[in-house]
Amino acid sequence: MSVFIKNFMRYRFLLVELIKKGVKLKYRRSYLGIIWTLLEPLLTTIVLTVIFGSLLNRGDSTAYPVYILSGRLLYSFFSSGTNTSMKSIRTNAGMIKKVYVPKYMYPLSSVIYNYVIFLISLLVLAAVSVFLGVFPTWRIFIIVIPLFILLILTVGVGMILSTMAVFFRDLEYLWSVALMLIMYSSAIFYYVEDITRNSPNKEILFHANPLYCCIAVFRDALFGQPIEWGLCLYAAGFSVISLIVGVVLFYKKQDKFILYI
Amino acid sequence: MTMAKPVLEVENVSMQFNLSKEKVDNLKEYIIKSLRGQISYNEFWALSDVSFSLNKGDRLGILGMNGAGKSTLLKVIAGVLKATKGSVKTRGKIVPLLELGAGFDKQYTGAENIYLYGSVLGYSKTFINEKYDEIVEFSELGDFINVPIKNYSSGMKARLGFAIATVVDPEILILDEVLAVGDAKFRKKSEAKIQSMFDKGVTVLFVSHSLKQVKRICNKAMILDHGKLLSFGDIEPISKQYRQMLDA
Ligand SMILES: Nc1ncnc2c1ncn2[C@@H]1O[C@H](COP(=O)(O)OP(=O)(O)O)[C@@H](O)[C@H]1O
Ligand SMILES: [Mg+2]
Repeated sequence: MSVFIKNFMRYRFLLVELIKKGVKLKYRRSYLGIIWTLLEPLLTTIVLTVIFGSLLNRGDSTAYPVYILSGRLLYSFFSSGTNTSMKSIRTNAGMIKKVYVPKYMYPLSSVIYNYVIFLISLLVLAAVSVFLGVFPTWRIFIIVIPLFILLILTVGVGMILSTMAVFFRDLEYLWSVALMLIMYSSAIFYYVEDITRNSPNKEILFHANPLYCCIAVFRDALFGQPIEWGLCLYAAGFSVISLIVGVVLFYKKQDKFILYI
Repeated sequence: MTMAKPVLEVENVSMQFNLSKEKVDNLKEYIIKSLRGQISYNEFWALSDVSFSLNKGDRLGILGMNGAGKSTLLKVIAGVLKATKGSVKTRGKIVPLLELGAGFDKQYTGAENIYLYGSVLGYSKTFINEKYDEIVEFSELGDFINVPIKNYSSGMKARLGFAIATVVDPEILILDEVLAVGDAKFRKKSEAKIQSMFDKGVTVLFVSHSLKQVKRICNKAMILDHGKLLSFGDIEPISKQYRQMLDA
């Protein structure tokens, strides 16, 4: 353990540099840069509100755009975080083959730099909420709990995927399919009540999805509603287990990475 | 007289590669084949039971044919590869000069890459801040330092990589067929830099195809053959033995 900490301290500047690089290049790649990352969720929210608002008869509620935007932002962080960390070992193969670095820095920094971008985009959510009259209550402080659980979950899943992706090239396709299923069971642009009203046993489909649980608790805190602590606890347990599995798997297999990339 | 502790101790190092007959690199095939029990490997030892140690200031030339395991040995010592068996103990900072600039990001400018590559090599931010000007000056990039690396020639990249990697005073320097960086002028400068490291008493591991160069630089040598350490000792007898092997 002390060896691990010593090594982490020695390479902590690498972690900082890799996070900086991810954020910088993300903003540098498009001409509109930071403006675009703020504008893009706004535009899709407007489109989704117009389409699904009338389809689901929710268009009259001013809270609906805030509901969509919050779900979408959390999902897209999970999606981009797991995707970049899954590919991180291959992306950095050039470095890994030539110099020694602690390899977990790559999946870890991938998730964290996506998290930084995600936190910046939460500013849009705050602005939209206030604009549409969704004002914070004391419960807004609880929001840090689902945000933290989501980070742990993404790091854990990202570590598992980054390890497996070294050995199995088709994992990227499988994961994109899995992400689609996760998205549809995350209730991003519809309400779970609308579905479970007629078939209450379908609730398990949502409650089994830890990402949905994070989103639900996040929305409870945002809208100042009573927190569904059961979901919160389940998501926390799931994230911790995925983190442990991810770390153990990564450590067991990391010495073999170089033979496959 | 006190015996100095060795700077590098390599003990019974073996390195095995699994060369799978057909490469199974997707989950679908893997599941089908492992259900049928069809996954088989050819085991192949690139290094077997290699042991030696070097003291401070030793300069070791590693001789051997193509595929003898020279680069594999250097990668195990640098920590890039983990030995299947055995252990490597090093004291102090290792600088591997293997394919310079492999850690660069194309979209980053030279200046940004100094920080990125420096952090890959385990330097601290304060250290890079201190040495920044020295690196830029040595690389002779001038105003190009603020241009993205994708616009650099390969010589410019190698110069920057060399300047960053050699800005520290390492205890152990690893050179794998790299004493040919950039144009003639820069090559002279980089050789002078390496010579100054030699003068400071750095321990060197050196692979080159030129026996003449090895004899000029090294005081010790080893011969690797199919992953086995054939002989290890002072440069004169070992290079004589190697020449006889080549002639035979
Ligand atoms: N990643 C790898 N996977 C499988 N075999 C490898 C790998 N790296 C090297 N080898 C094999 O190990 C042997 C030694 O290679 P190397 O150390 O590069 O030799 P040298 O540098 O002496 O020419 C070669 O037969 C090479 O094919
Ligand atoms: Mg070689």
